Amino acid sequence: MADLSINFAGIKAPNPFWLASAPPTNSGYQIMKAFEAGWGGAVWKTLGVPVINVSSRYGAVNYRDSRMMGFNNIELITDRPLADNLREIEEVKKYFPDHAIIASLMVESKAEWEQIIKDVENAGADGIELNFGCPHGMCERGMGSAVGQEPEVLKTIVEWVSAAATIPVITKLTPNISEIVDPGLAAYQGGSDAISLINTIKSIVGIDLDTYAPLPIVDGKGTNGGYCGPAVKPIAMNMIKDLAQHPEISKIPISGIGGIETWRDVVEFILLGATSVQVCTAVMHYGFGIVREMEAGLRQFMDDKGYNTIYDFAGKALPNVTEWKHLNLKHKVVAEINADKCVGCELCYIACDDGAHQAIALSEDRTIRIPSIIEENCVGCNLCSLVCPVEDCITMEKRDDGTQHSTWDERTIAGTVPTTFDDDRAGGKGHYVPKPTDALKAKQN
Amino acid sequence: MSEYNRPISEAEFKENFKQKKQLMNPTEAYYESSRCLFCYDAPCIQACPTGIDIPLFIKQIHTDNVTGAARTIFDSNWLGNACGIVCPTGVLCEGACVYNHQDVPPIQIGRLQNYATNTTIHNKKELFVPGKSIGKKVAIIGAGPAGIACACELRILGVEVTIFEAKAKPSGLTVYGIAPYKITNEEVLLEVTYLQKQLGFDIEYNSPITSEAELQRIEEMYDAIFLGVGLGKTAELRLKGEDKTGVVGAVEFIEELRMKQHKVTVPDEVVVIGGGNTAMDAASEAARLGANKVTLAYRRDKNAMGAYGFEYDLALSAGVDGLFNANPIAILGDEQVSGVRFVRTETIDGTLKPVADSEFDVPCTMVIKATGQAKQGDFYKLIKDLEIDAKTRILINSENYQTSNPKYFAGGDAVNGGAEVVNAAFEGKIAAQGICKWLKK
Repeated sequence: MADLSINFAGIKAPNPFWLASAPPTNSGYQIMKAFEAGWGGAVWKTLGVPVINVSSRYGAVNYRDSRMMGFNNIELITDRPLADNLREIEEVKKYFPDHAIIASLMVESKAEWEQIIKDVENAGADGIELNFGCPHGMCERGMGSAVGQEPEVLKTIVEWVSAAATIPVITKLTPNISEIVDPGLAAYQGGSDAISLINTIKSIVGIDLDTYAPLPIVDGKGTNGGYCGPAVKPIAMNMIKDLAQHPEISKIPISGIGGIETWRDVVEFILLGATSVQVCTAVMHYGFGIVREMEAGLRQFMDDKGYNTIYDFAGKALPNVTEWKHLNLKHKVVAEINADKCVGCELCYIACDDGAHQAIALSEDRTIRIPSIIEENCVGCNLCSLVCPVEDCITMEKRDDGTQHSTWDERTIAGTVPTTFDDDRAGGKGHYVPKPTDALKAKQN
Repeated sequence: MSEYNRPISEAEFKENFKQKKQLMNPTEAYYESSRCLFCYDAPCIQACPTGIDIPLFIKQIHTDNVTGAARTIFDSNWLGNACGIVCPTGVLCEGACVYNHQDVPPIQIGRLQNYATNTTIHNKKELFVPGKSIGKKVAIIGAGPAGIACACELRILGVEVTIFEAKAKPSGLTVYGIAPYKITNEEVLLEVTYLQKQLGFDIEYNSPITSEAELQRIEEMYDAIFLGVGLGKTAELRLKGEDKTGVVGAVEFIEELRMKQHKVTVPDEVVVIGGGNTAMDAASEAARLGANKVTLAYRRDKNAMGAYGFEYDLALSAGVDGLFNANPIAILGDEQVSGVRFVRTETIDGTLKPVADSEFDVPCTMVIKATGQAKQGDFYKLIKDLEIDAKTRILINSENYQTSNPKYFAGGDAVNGGAEVVNAAFEGKIAAQGICKWLKK
């Protein structure tokens, strides 16, 4: 049976499922409840400078019947007294000595950092997370993402903290930056023991169509919030990959955050190099109980694959994530429609005809609504298989024999890349494209 | 055995005749609308006799543009609200939904349609204004679905309209002939009022047109006439004893039920004769009124019934007993009916034949004849040069629904011999376009 326990930069936890620093970790009550439910660790809601929160704090993006596919908040760090939080950290540690409690911190001056580190260490925290990610409110006061966006400043603070702390230090990064490696490297060089990412993304999740105010609305006005939830997962995974593939940054562990809700998400993050995961939105949506699905799924996956610990497969996808120029240009797939499964919605037809490469034909007998692939036009883009509502109805079938290999990089070296606008060696030359006026046929008939 | 107690009060009647298709609430509409795939060249549109752009209105519901959804519906079908409720969607739009091919429940299109139109009607959102007058007047005979649809379309096209209706209420069979558990009177009438208010056509109630003189007067006053006269009374069985007390026609029975509701009573034992949808309705209604034993008798076998399978199932679920291969040969009793004598039948080489010495009696004190409606043949004779077919259906040009008398157009049951509300709504609309085109010539 798989052993889910982890040792993350010296922080031990019974499993890699941690709660991210956020509303679900606002109190000892919540964290005790979470540990009972099965969570392995929790990053306490950020302790730090005094704040006042507004009423009306969250907004959401719903997609079709899915609520909170995207989520944003304008809540600040904890507004509870530091003393109360410290007392509760101590109490939780007493009940759950083997679970990880990480104190998220956000203060300004060196003296403040040193004081608060001492406070949380005395309370029994297992680690510290530096909140350099919050992109709303706190950044206007020079903290949160304002630090994460300035690698030099970030590095200086990490140095102060590392010098002062006796427990592991995790630096939490903001994704509101064009190159995540810059703050990642600054954290590593400043002496951070680990990195966590991503924090939330600056966002406006909606505009009210009656008041013309952004959501969430605070007395007729709004502000940008921090975006999270399932919608941000792809952005998070790409940034984690950037750090995990970096020769230096990859020497310290990464805690993955961003839209994690199911065991599949967890496995994907681990495959990209994360060795703990942090969850917030899914808990805000479904409660602490969702960890049961994550744990059961992760165990099943590990048992099926024969892994004993998560370190057996951590980062296993990284060698396969490469630059575009290294992709094999000789690889060829085409779509295939399983007529037995096809329900005849013809979404593949219209998606391909209007949105891609005009490689799907409707049945001429309109009583039979099973489209067919025009294989010579099919570029293997996958679109039809993505829009198809039936499981495994449209599959992408390999057509090359696997013997040929040619990449842009190899061709650059060999001097065989197309160089002029109308170069015969360019890709689109000879591909079938209907005449512009063919579009008008329907009207002419 | 019937499943129902006799309804004494309005509340009990409502319970026994509970609406089969309940109005959706906004949450249900939100989730149900989210399921639509937005198929290309959608099969549901093709299956709708009025060709409503169903994926569009479902998307509009989902994006909280319910008024827009209602407009999409009414643009194709003037009786969109009634049709959402009473259409046999299982064999039309919902039957065509592609989800059926993977055993996924189809989208509840009818209920979504009703949700959009009902919400819009109740919100008093006005969607239509009459077209600029072209200075022409059209008389419509019959305020049934075909007549109402024709009137609405004519008003949009700028034509003045007066409807002559024999009865006291509009909507024809939608209000007088559909089973009460399928739609309420209020729901039907509200839609007509809603349309009438926006489009401004007159309806003269209790104004049956029965003489040549009346027709002549209408011909003089109006530029064209649309016949939406539907069908007539229940056809005669031509059976011995048919005139006994307790023998009623299904059409008349249902009309009384619709108008008097819980004040209608039925005896304990009822025999319904027929195998069509109206027979199913009448049997189901007798059971819901508390009849103890309702026998649904059909002369052929079960599979030969004209009724939809789901209608038969509904009758069975109300406690009706099916009796097949039983042909009525006499109504028994003195003045009051006391039973029906049947003979067993069998089909030999495609012909229905009585089985020798197989007569048997089913005791009952009420017989409901649901063996089809008579056509309005006598009325048609009043109109000069009006051609009808062998089944007494008015012959029309299928392009514009014009009859052999060019001043007359026709649509609905009088033309198709008896179909759904949605067919009448479509034909009325197309006829209006035909009329307008002809008037402008």
